[in-house]
Amino acid sequence: MGRYIIRRILTAIPTLVLISMVIFSILALAPGDPLSDLALNPSVPPEVRQRIRENMGLDDPIPVQYGRWAQSLFTGEFGYSYRTRAPVIDLIKQRLPTTLYISGLAFLVSLLIAIPIGVLSAVKQYSVFDNIATTLAFIGFSLPTFATGLLFILLFTIKLDWLPSIYRSTVDGDGLGGLWERIRQAIMPVTVLALFQAATLMRYVRASMLENVHQDYVRTARSKGLTERAVISRHALRNALIPVVTIVALSLPGVITGAVVTEQIFRVPGMGDLLISSIRNNDTPVVMTITFLFAVLVVIFNLVADVIYGVLDPRIKYS
Amino acid sequence: MAEASEVRPQAAPSAAALELGSLRAKKPRSLWSDAWRQFRKHRLAVASVFVLIFLTLATLLGPFVWTKDMALIDFSQSTQGVSLSHPMGTDDLGRDIFARILWGGRISLAVGVAAMAVAILLGTMLGALAGFFGGFTDSLLMRLTDMFISLPSLPLLLLTIYLFRDTLRDKIGPNLGPFLLIVGLIGVTNWMPVARLVRASFLSVKEKEFIEAANCIGATRSSIMFKHIMPNVLGPVIVAATLAVGSAIITESTLSFLGLGFPPDVPTWGQLLNTSVNFMEIAPHMVIFPALMIFLAVLAINYVGDGLRDALDPRKTTG
Repeated sequence: MGRYIIRRILTAIPTLVLISMVIFSILALAPGDPLSDLALNPSVPPEVRQRIRENMGLDDPIPVQYGRWAQSLFTGEFGYSYRTRAPVIDLIKQRLPTTLYISGLAFLVSLLIAIPIGVLSAVKQYSVFDNIATTLAFIGFSLPTFATGLLFILLFTIKLDWLPSIYRSTVDGDGLGGLWERIRQAIMPVTVLALFQAATLMRYVRASMLENVHQDYVRTARSKGLTERAVISRHALRNALIPVVTIVALSLPGVITGAVVTEQIFRVPGMGDLLISSIRNNDTPVVMTITFLFAVLVVIFNLVADVIYGVLDPRIKYS
Repeated sequence: MAEASEVRPQAAPSAAALELGSLRAKKPRSLWSDAWRQFRKHRLAVASVFVLIFLTLATLLGPFVWTKDMALIDFSQSTQGVSLSHPMGTDDLGRDIFARILWGGRISLAVGVAAMAVAILLGTMLGALAGFFGGFTDSLLMRLTDMFISLPSLPLLLLTIYLFRDTLRDKIGPNLGPFLLIVGLIGVTNWMPVARLVRASFLSVKEKEFIEAANCIGATRSSIMFKHIMPNVLGPVIVAATLAVGSAIITESTLSFLGLGFPPDVPTWGQLLNTSVNFMEIAPHMVIFPALMIFLAVLAINYVGDGLRDALDPRKTTG
């Protein structure tokens, strides 16, 4: 097992290198110029601009530029934002907690919705409950998050005036009032993300449960006189969750990148919002770092999924 | 489905087959007629086929019937609600939303189908090569697949479209440029599941006896690949293709919603939502109708995919 994990980590490294090359070459091939703003500025003479270019190494061959970028990435140096002149890492540190908070919470909520409903749905296959649950799940993942988000705002902010549609990082008021305000503004972004995620997950839980409830070992558990609750929760569910755990780990990065959309709808000042505004501002260092960070997340969670699968399922043998 | 059964080549009747045929009073049941029989049982899927036909016809022929100019700006009519002369109301510039929805639907649906075609073509080709040749080709192609799976697709899509949109618009044309870019990118970031699916089926099918038999009678490699193995893989690929149309429509509308899809004068459904955000309070119909269209199209496509999955699964008994 230990050797398998080490080998798995070693194969993740070339993947990351390749991904960094892809991201770098997309930007290198792109027509945009980070100094295009300076070119329009009459108070910056061309020779100064040329000196800035040389200082930043913008005229070096692309492989040299890539080498420099990869080396600094490796040493944890992410460069400075073209726009705000702040270190990229500081910008990300500012935004990351909000994104993790919203998407983590959404993820938890989606698990709390998907697992019980999926299990019940499978146990009572073809019942009214099952039909309603599977139909809702179907509707849930056919509705993209931006559509649900906008419909939520229409209903809960504009029609009913229950919840704020804009997420603010600075909430006035301390104590209980401030806390309530903070919870209230998180409700819609979290729910929108969670519902979409829950719809997908619930189908996996149900399918996996269905595969297990008709197996011989479940019949054995029943025939030795266990209560139905024990049969389902201690025998069938534990086995059914093995593939689900993998799906959960694999979908986590998707939830975080999915926050790009929700953050735009509810104006949540997170990573997705930073990414979109940096793309619009031609802020290459920030864009590259965020995209690469997202890629790292995907690779890490792929790895985690593989390892967890091996730990949970003793039938899997690694040679 | 219907076309597929018509173009199915009829083997030249040999003497034995004729004899058998005279013994058999009923028409022979092909895979496709079985599938159709099974598909008809899924009532929602059949209804969805009609919804999709209706949507396609409406977007293709609608603009000839509903002749209001979708680009006609009339400030005296701005943000009007639903009425007889404007069945879906008007937008902030007084343009008829119904006309815009019909026009935009063409593009939204076309992007979905075209991006699906790119993804399926790429996925089938690479998966077939990997599964058929095995060995080094297989591990190389699968490594490539793994890498593409690890790419954070939404951030990369946003980045690439932002960087290349203007260049392509100047080079290819204001409408065709973004269309090709978006279709190509969605296709290139979505072929991986299909490749895995096709590879897995190829790996299992190529060990079967009938392939050995085909080898023995001297069938060429390409005829084994396309005539003998491919038809066995077709079922899952068709299902994947259907679902890919839905997800491509969602991706395109997400991109347009974020303002990084089609230019603002192309009224795809996501683009309509993008402009509606600022007028939600005074004109909720600007949100509701485009969201409803996206939802309807994607839901119908997913139901058809669901029906096809049931119908084309050979493990299901057909009655």
